Amino acid sequence: MNPQSVTTLPTAEESSESLDPIRAMVSACIQCGTCTGSCPNALEMDLTPRKMWRLVILGRLSAVMESKTFILCSDCYTCTLRCPRGLPLTEAMEALKGIAFARKEARHRGSRLFYEKFMETVRRHGRIREMEFMTRYFIAMKSPVAPFRFAPLGLKLMGKGKVELGGGKSGDTPLGALFEKVADLERTPAATFRKEGHQ
Amino acid sequence: MSYLYYPGCSLTSSAREYDLATRAVMAAAGVNLTEIDDWTCCGASAAAPISHLLSLSLSARNLALAEQTASDGQVLVPCSACYLNLKKAHDALRNDAESRATINDALEAVNLKATGSVRVRHLLDVLAVDLGERHLAPLVTRSLSGLTVAPYYGCQCLRPYPEFDDPERPVSMEPLIEATGAAVHPWEMGARCCGASLVSTQPEVGLERVFAILKAAKGADLIVTVCPMCQMNLDAWQARASRMAGEKLSITVLYLPQLLGLAMGLASHELGLDLNLAVLGDFREKITHL
Ligand code: SF4
Ligand code: SF4
Repeated sequence: MNPQSVTTLPTAEESSESLDPIRAMVSACIQCGTCTGSCPNALEMDLTPRKMWRLVILGRLSAVMESKTFILCSDCYTCTLRCPRGLPLTEAMEALKGIAFARKEARHRGSRLFYEKFMETVRRHGRIREMEFMTRYFIAMKSPVAPFRFAPLGLKLMGKGKVELGGGKSGDTPLGALFEKVADLERTPAATFRKEGHQ
Repeated sequence: MSYLYYPGCSLTSSAREYDLATRAVMAAAGVNLTEIDDWTCCGASAAAPISHLLSLSLSARNLALAEQTASDGQVLVPCSACYLNLKKAHDALRNDAESRATINDALEAVNLKATGSVRVRHLLDVLAVDLGERHLAPLVTRSLSGLTVAPYYGCQCLRPYPEFDDPERPVSMEPLIEATGAAVHPWEMGARCCGASLVSTQPEVGLERVFAILKAAKGADLIVTVCPMCQMNLDAWQARASRMAGEKLSITVLYLPQLLGLAMGLASHELGLDLNLAVLGDFREKITHL
């Protein structure tokens, strides 16, 4: 666990503006630790979810970005379900991934490329072609060992005829226009969205 | 009974057997499925961190197409990740005027409009609630008695929207398993996370989740799943999880409709059983002697 104090106030030179929307999501946190106790991946995280929310509230952007905690969130929604304040925690973890990807944080490069290459395939074809996506991911990773991690699975799937080799029967609907329109809309700051469901 | 059908990308490739078995079981139960024409990816877990609006719009595109076919229809979704994405878009369209307006601004680029009038249903919801044991039990022609089944629900069909089951201690599969004549493996892991995409992006963490589930399933003849991501993590990565744990953890893993289909006497090719990555010899042995 990271011994770093979580009560230090933000330093003046650090601009934490990008954290503001996430801060608003978790500002009612009472530091009860239910999220940490519920998280299947908490043991592998350098900061527990509870400590992470504390740093977010304090606006400690660089300390948050140094952590792997949000990258290790597997979207299981257990913390969201159990948080006594009903906070949208999974969505807040997702938003932290988004900030790290936008900042092109070196330590989160592998995960960022995985997400980006996935979306690139969706943009081009409308549907995911697993082989094309994995190939793009490994090329972007420029890691000689990465393909070997996937190879046994890739061969198994190919052997079962489960990999699209392109030009197959599945549809091809490029979504460039939708992606561009969304990007346009996001440049105009009006858009705000309701947070994930609590019923 | 009829539903609009959203297979999602996985069911056209790595989870083809889930698609085959879903269609076969529904047809055998007299349920009519109409595939949404020209559906596209829901964004999986990759769109939301990149853009919340993109994630909602990708899913809303499919809901808009569904509305064109049947404005008061119900969309049946077998993949839990697709289900949650479509559900979030549905929720935003239905319950938040501002989001509805922005999503529709985005959809204008592809000449579509969504109102949120169609309902989004997970396959398990339809199997457990709309069909249930009362419709399924009479269709059982081959009892699976003698088999013990570990029901694995995963996360996103249960949380954050508790639509049809207890999101902490789910039980909706149990009557369905019992209707086949099989017994339910008692365990606490049914709603624990399988590691999702961490198994690909952070394998040393993700495989720990897989390992814990496989270990808890010991004593069962098979695990059944209702999500392609869970299935892939539990079947394709068994060997690696075993190696990591220094313990043999092989077990048969089927999709729930494959199990139901077997009990309904459907042929194994109709259920895509030869496409599964983990169907052990002793399981095959057992079912041929049932
Ligand atoms: S469960 Fe909710 S209130 Fe408790 S520490 Fe976590 S975020 Fe804060
Ligand atoms: S949603 Fe993420 S942070 Fe919350 S409990 Fe699950 S893995 Fe942990």
